[in-house]
Amino acid sequence: MSTSELRHIGLNLGATDAATHRQAGNDVFGFWVFLMSDAVIFALLFATYGVMLSATAGGPTPAAEYKIGPAFVETLLLLTSSFTFGMASVAMKQGTGRRQLLGWMAVTLMFGAAFLGMELHDFATMFGDGAYPTRSGFLSAFFALVPLHGLHVFFGGIWIIVMMLQVLVFGLDARVKINILRLGLFWHFLDIVWIAIFSVVYLQGLIR
Amino acid sequence: MSQAVWPAVLGRFDWQALPFVRAWDNPTASEIVGAAAASMVVIGALFTIAIVTRYGKWKYLWSEWLTSLDHKKIGIMYVVLAFVMLTRALIEGVLMRMQQADAINSPGFIAPDHFAQLFSTHGSIMIFFMAMPFLTGLINYVAPLQIGARDVAFPLLNSISLWLTGGAAGLMMASLVIGRFSTGGWSGYPPYTELAFSPDVGPDYWIWAVTLGSIGSTLTGLNFATTIYKMRAPGMHLMRMPLFVWTALCTSILMIFAMPPLTVATALLALDRYLGFHFFTNDLGGNMMNYANLFWLFGHPEVYILILPAFGIYSEVVSTFSSKELYGYTSLTIATMAIAVLSFTVWVHHFFTMGQDADINAVFGIATMTIAVPTGVKIYDWIWTMFRGQVRFTVPMLYSLAFMMTFVIGGCTGIMLAMPPLDFLVHNTLFLVAHFHNMLIPGLLYGMLAGYHYWFPKAFGFRLNERWGRIAFGSWVTGFYLAFMPLYVLGASGMARRTQEVFETAFRPWLYIAGLGALVLLFALAALFVQLWVSIRARDDNRVTAGDPWDGRGLEWSTSAPPPEYNFAIIPHVHDRDPFYNAKRTGDPYARPAHYEDIEMPKNSMTGPVIGIVGAVTAFGLVWHIWWLAAFGIAAIVGTVIARSFARDVHRIIPAAEVERTETGWLRAVSDATSIPREIETTSVNRGLAKVAA
Repeated sequence: MSTSELRHIGLNLGATDAATHRQAGNDVFGFWVFLMSDAVIFALLFATYGVMLSATAGGPTPAAEYKIGPAFVETLLLLTSSFTFGMASVAMKQGTGRRQLLGWMAVTLMFGAAFLGMELHDFATMFGDGAYPTRSGFLSAFFALVPLHGLHVFFGGIWIIVMMLQVLVFGLDARVKINILRLGLFWHFLDIVWIAIFSVVYLQGLIR
Repeated sequence: MSQAVWPAVLGRFDWQALPFVRAWDNPTASEIVGAAAASMVVIGALFTIAIVTRYGKWKYLWSEWLTSLDHKKIGIMYVVLAFVMLTRALIEGVLMRMQQADAINSPGFIAPDHFAQLFSTHGSIMIFFMAMPFLTGLINYVAPLQIGARDVAFPLLNSISLWLTGGAAGLMMASLVIGRFSTGGWSGYPPYTELAFSPDVGPDYWIWAVTLGSIGSTLTGLNFATTIYKMRAPGMHLMRMPLFVWTALCTSILMIFAMPPLTVATALLALDRYLGFHFFTNDLGGNMMNYANLFWLFGHPEVYILILPAFGIYSEVVSTFSSKELYGYTSLTIATMAIAVLSFTVWVHHFFTMGQDADINAVFGIATMTIAVPTGVKIYDWIWTMFRGQVRFTVPMLYSLAFMMTFVIGGCTGIMLAMPPLDFLVHNTLFLVAHFHNMLIPGLLYGMLAGYHYWFPKAFGFRLNERWGRIAFGSWVTGFYLAFMPLYVLGASGMARRTQEVFETAFRPWLYIAGLGALVLLFALAALFVQLWVSIRARDDNRVTAGDPWDGRGLEWSTSAPPPEYNFAIIPHVHDRDPFYNAKRTGDPYARPAHYEDIEMPKNSMTGPVIGIVGAVTAFGLVWHIWWLAAFGIAAIVGTVIARSFARDVHRIIPAAEVERTETGWLRAVSDATSIPREIETTSVNRGLAKVAA
């Protein structure tokens, strides 16, 4: 492929805005590095969860507490939100108009909010069963890992709102574009972490 | 009514939290020492405020320093912070040595609880608030200059890192005046630091100070990895980078990967203490071994975060003061990278005795010994660099030589400790204390001091006093040997570390020698301050404005001293290693460029100070259970970050005319200076222009 075709690949700004694309180099690289250190935090919490899985101290067990149905729907919601954010990035890259960009971001936000709502409902159900984080080491590890991801989604949502405001205030200046690129990385990163949570926490929990 | 109101407003604060009140109620020597320390903090703070007000310097301080995003000023502020904290933690070390020398079959003058606070703060401060700021400060100052960049990748983030570290250090100082510190050591092992055994504020101070500092360090690592990967001048290939930049890069990578485990460890401990989780408790499935693993997953790479930059400084110093190209550049970079990778494979050697399989201990013991190989390579490289060089025994060079000999001794005891059977015998004794001081004092402190002497003329435009530098050097080395060699003997004889009272009179002579050594170390620090004072007074006789007092090799010497805000008027093009050294010999590095251009630099920002100070206030609220304060602080931090993202006017332009004026002034200083040979570089003839044989 030619260089110009290569620059079209992926959710970067490529050939459509070469100046910002060059400027984005440092910023996006730095954000990748940040995500790496965030990934280390999640990796350690996964390890902690793995070690403490059997530490139920006679309390609720994974098999009894995890509801695979809602967890699956949450997975679909979050994966779809990643797709809609991808559409927002394409809209920004192709410059097809601010309304499309804002529209896709709003849809992403809604999916994120729906995910959080369902997750909070799950936690409330667990609390109703007496599965509090203070009950056992296993529940402590669960409630450190899964809600931390939820907290990331929450702050990702706030970030989406802030970026929508900035699109309205500043239009698509270089800084807005670069920040939306970084927000995109963050949002997709949360998807990857969730897939790990779904597999390691929920699916593994089904094994009785 | 007031019963309900005060706890809501002040959390769990009561008057007994103030050491002055405690000393008044119960005037023992131990309480009076505590109250005196608290008053030193209060008086020091008031004195600083008074001085700044007296000379009307608040505006200058705020706009030229505290809000500055200039990597050079941020670096200097880091080093100032390091010296302040070094002073406190060194005094604490001396107090502990005095107590042990005094408390042979007697209670001594420091109560057990107070003694435990002393060793906890001494360790925490020396690692997190002396060593980390010192190396971060030097990297900040030097690395961008060495790679030919005008700034770091994220200048604002740099300021935020500084202020998070500063806020955390402030929290350490607050613990001296309000309440008490942890008694759980610098590693804060649960279950002892859990609510069940330490319900007071001490461990909370430790948790939040360390957490703020570790977040600051993670961001520093991120910033410098990006800077070094992305912002090198044209032609500055990876294998042309000065060794100090290589070590800065490895340290940054280690910070990115090794600081998060610490954040996780402290955050989980906080969940246990604040919300009743069961990560590390004794009951309901808690498991403190998880803490040991998490903490040392950070703790061991941390050792190399501390030591690698010093290795980089020694490489620069030895090469410069031998007037020779660094021997074995490639092997030094490989060794540095190898150490960085291996540092993640040895963490279990910190707890060989805690019950895992003998096979696991064997694996980690062998991995530990492996690290000696790349380290040994480095020692030989430095020796070969000096071989047949024009070696000058300046202060930085003296520190380097003392390091090479002392560090090898510490390395040998490290190999001994790497054998699990031997480790079982001396675990938790003073042998270990002697070992890690034997690594970190030459491997970190001497390196930082060498760097401080080496780059000081670059940063401030005048040389430090040579005579007082030698006095300080002699005292640091003598003091180290007197204070720590006896600890090997004591440890091998079975004296446990962190002992407040000693019941074996045979230890007496060794403890006396160690106590004497501690006093010599205190004198060494005082000599450094005297040196600074003397040097500032005689600054006009020792100016090196032309910028190259040592016949330097890297790009940092190719600017004026101190360098202009924008570092380089024209971004340099690099063709080889030691670009400035070679340019002096093959061309004219002081040639005037055809024309100058406008330069864009970041504007000052108060975001850093706001986040750091509010972060410390939030942490203070959490320590004392003042929930409204903590909630307000968190909201303020989020609000500040969002508000800053709306700021658009964040750059300012330095016009070409101003650049030209600055550069012309410097070039005039260069042409006024007499070039001097190396023999008289430590005399006041040295104006920063090196005589080179073509």
